[in-house]
Amino acid sequence: MDFLLLSLIKTGLVAFVFLTALAYLQWIERKVIAHVQVRVGPNRVGPHGLLQPLTDTIKLLTKEDLIPAHVNKFFYLLAPVIGVAMALISISVIPFGPKITVPFTSIETYLGLTDLNIGVLVPLACSGIGVYAVALAGWSSNNKYALLGGLRASAQMVSYELPLAVAIAAPLLMHNSLSMREIVESQNVVKWGFLYNWSIFSYFGIPFVAFIIFLICAFAETNRIPFDLPEAENELVAGFHTEYSSMKFAAFFMAEYANMTTICCLAVILFLGGWLPPTPGLDWVPGAVFFASGVLMLYHGTVNLARARDRISLPLFGVIFCGIGVLHWIPVLMPITTPLFWFLSKTLFLLFLYIWVRATLPRFRYDQLMHFAWGWMFPVSIGTLFATGLLVAVWK
Amino acid sequence: MAAGTLEHTPTAAAEPSRRRTMTLNMGPQHPSTHGVLRVVLDLDGEVILKAVADIGFLHTGIEKQCETKTWQQVVPLTDRVDYLSNLANNLAYCLAVERLLQLEIPPRAQYLRVMLTELSRIASHLVWLGTHALDIGAMSMFMYCFREREDILKILEMFSGQRMMTSYLRIGGVALDAPRGWEKVVGKFLSEFPSRIDMYENLLTGNPIWTIRTKGVGYMSLEDLLDWGVTGPMIRAAGLKWDIRKDEPYSGYDKFDFEVPTRTESDVFARYQVRIEELRQSHKIAKQALDGMPPGPFQADAPKILLPEREKMKTEMEALICHFKIVTEGFSVPAGEAYACVEAPRGELGYYVVSDGTTKPYRVHMRTPSFANLQILAPMLENTLIADSIAALGSMDFVLGDTDR
Repeated sequence: MDFLLLSLIKTGLVAFVFLTALAYLQWIERKVIAHVQVRVGPNRVGPHGLLQPLTDTIKLLTKEDLIPAHVNKFFYLLAPVIGVAMALISISVIPFGPKITVPFTSIETYLGLTDLNIGVLVPLACSGIGVYAVALAGWSSNNKYALLGGLRASAQMVSYELPLAVAIAAPLLMHNSLSMREIVESQNVVKWGFLYNWSIFSYFGIPFVAFIIFLICAFAETNRIPFDLPEAENELVAGFHTEYSSMKFAAFFMAEYANMTTICCLAVILFLGGWLPPTPGLDWVPGAVFFASGVLMLYHGTVNLARARDRISLPLFGVIFCGIGVLHWIPVLMPITTPLFWFLSKTLFLLFLYIWVRATLPRFRYDQLMHFAWGWMFPVSIGTLFATGLLVAVWK
Repeated sequence: MAAGTLEHTPTAAAEPSRRRTMTLNMGPQHPSTHGVLRVVLDLDGEVILKAVADIGFLHTGIEKQCETKTWQQVVPLTDRVDYLSNLANNLAYCLAVERLLQLEIPPRAQYLRVMLTELSRIASHLVWLGTHALDIGAMSMFMYCFREREDILKILEMFSGQRMMTSYLRIGGVALDAPRGWEKVVGKFLSEFPSRIDMYENLLTGNPIWTIRTKGVGYMSLEDLLDWGVTGPMIRAAGLKWDIRKDEPYSGYDKFDFEVPTRTESDVFARYQVRIEELRQSHKIAKQALDGMPPGPFQADAPKILLPEREKMKTEMEALICHFKIVTEGFSVPAGEAYACVEAPRGELGYYVVSDGTTKPYRVHMRTPSFANLQILAPMLENTLIADSIAALGSMDFVLGDTDR
């Protein structure tokens, strides 16, 4: 098949799924935090508030596109564009699965948009340029809170990029490649007969330290609690995006969630074996998980109905989930669905971690955060890198 | 407007080098000023060089309004002074007027007053804890605290018919006797509450981020606090064991067994610990009041001050006359002046009432803890970071209604 056509189809598919996923990530976040906080969360629009992202999008699209009189117009408009563009580009180098044959055709393709031989550097570069979005937004808004937020954000992102990059270097040393696909392929080794050789399982757990450093820096890099100082609502109102409204605000919002998703994908690929399951012989699990949850929903939606308003939605979702489960068991589809399942479930778990932490922890102070970056994260990450390098040199 | 009277001079002039500072106007609309407080900050980067508090945005003239109401009608006004601990305000006012009238309050009324005041202290501290934690970024605490506060508001509603502006206290007692089944509801809340405090402590006390954000922040020496007239948990966190419930017992507090928690660090964390411990002590007092609630009348025997029973009013001439007089013109209070103070959640809350012998107060003055405590804002915030100022502001636990009245 024509390379161009295939790429276009894949790009369209990934873009659609990614953008929808971002919208629903926000729904998931609101629901999870609501349940942590003994609330219900969005439940007005659609069953269980499932149409909330749609209405939010419509609201943001139709709001007045306000440009305050005192802003530097060019940079004010440029900032959200840079932010959202840089956040969305990184997904193009993320591989979601191995090479597959499209069912009922002879087309062979990779799951994932593209594979660069410097793939790992692309998200780093993008987040590096993404700092400009925040700094420019803070500066061009001509607002004191925004300026403080922008300054905090740039300093924080620049500082945490360093340990982040050093933490990434550890798996690069181990797998001797910058291509994400090759990194995952080199983890595709079964050791001791039952465990896939994910990066965090090898070299006496030294890469696990790098993984933790990576996660912490990822929190800081995406400005999330406990490192959400740039937009610390209780100090700086809304931080660097105080003066932004409607779609320009939505762009920053989307950028934050896109960055979160990409960095979680990156963590999964570098440390958690990408689309590989934990142990071999688990091909029946994806279908079973969906089928079991479908059956559970059917049970609670029909036989053991707790709330009357769930009498339609729960059986419906039960049937849908059972259907998805069955799809995972169809032999033709299995080479596609199984890797996707493992990849997405690991990513979702990390995203859940993000949300969980947000609901639990207070935030750092600015100087403590910088001290944490330079006094702890950086030395530890350097140490991890040396240890990994030493082990790799001895072993290989 | 107030801005003209602020005398806000940039501190840059005082510096030897020509340092450029940024003036940041925090409030009156700001998520962390807990109401309409305006703080003008002189910033060098993120360091606050000078802070000026601008109050008065919530000024309602309650003190002056009191002079136009009859003695009993003032009680609903006192609700609105510190709307988070309205019962303490009711109590202080009633105590002052009762001192002028020399009324003897029956034990049941005293126990009801103590129990509900302590419950409202818990509710007030819960609002403080929730918003304070929210300011520092722990957003779930807010919801947990408000869940428990909701239980207390339901109890208050059960007793008085109102959730917040209860006006439950009357001069000479309480408005109504305890409703049917109150022991069960209050008992259920009190039996659950200690485990909830443990949960708050689990989330915050040992949390390393919480401790580094609060320890050593917002320090003020005990001498300074005394000079500024600060009272309540803030001064107890500086080491002074001063609690009016213990030192000048009122409303039968001497019959209750409780501790006055103190710390010596005088920082945000110490204030946090003191208030958390006060939650436990208030729970202890309320529990004792619940267990030892005496039977008997809930209002003093003063037919010319308190409305007679409905049945008596219909059958007895004397009662009908009293009812008519109280409803139409109120009761008169002997000329004189009285000051009564209580330990409100925020500190010493005093009511100074002056009577000229008529049915309306000549003057009511409130010594509100928020106003006195807020004075230390400027010295406390100097040379701190913006983030610390938010933590320090939260630890002061002021209510703007209480400040501006």
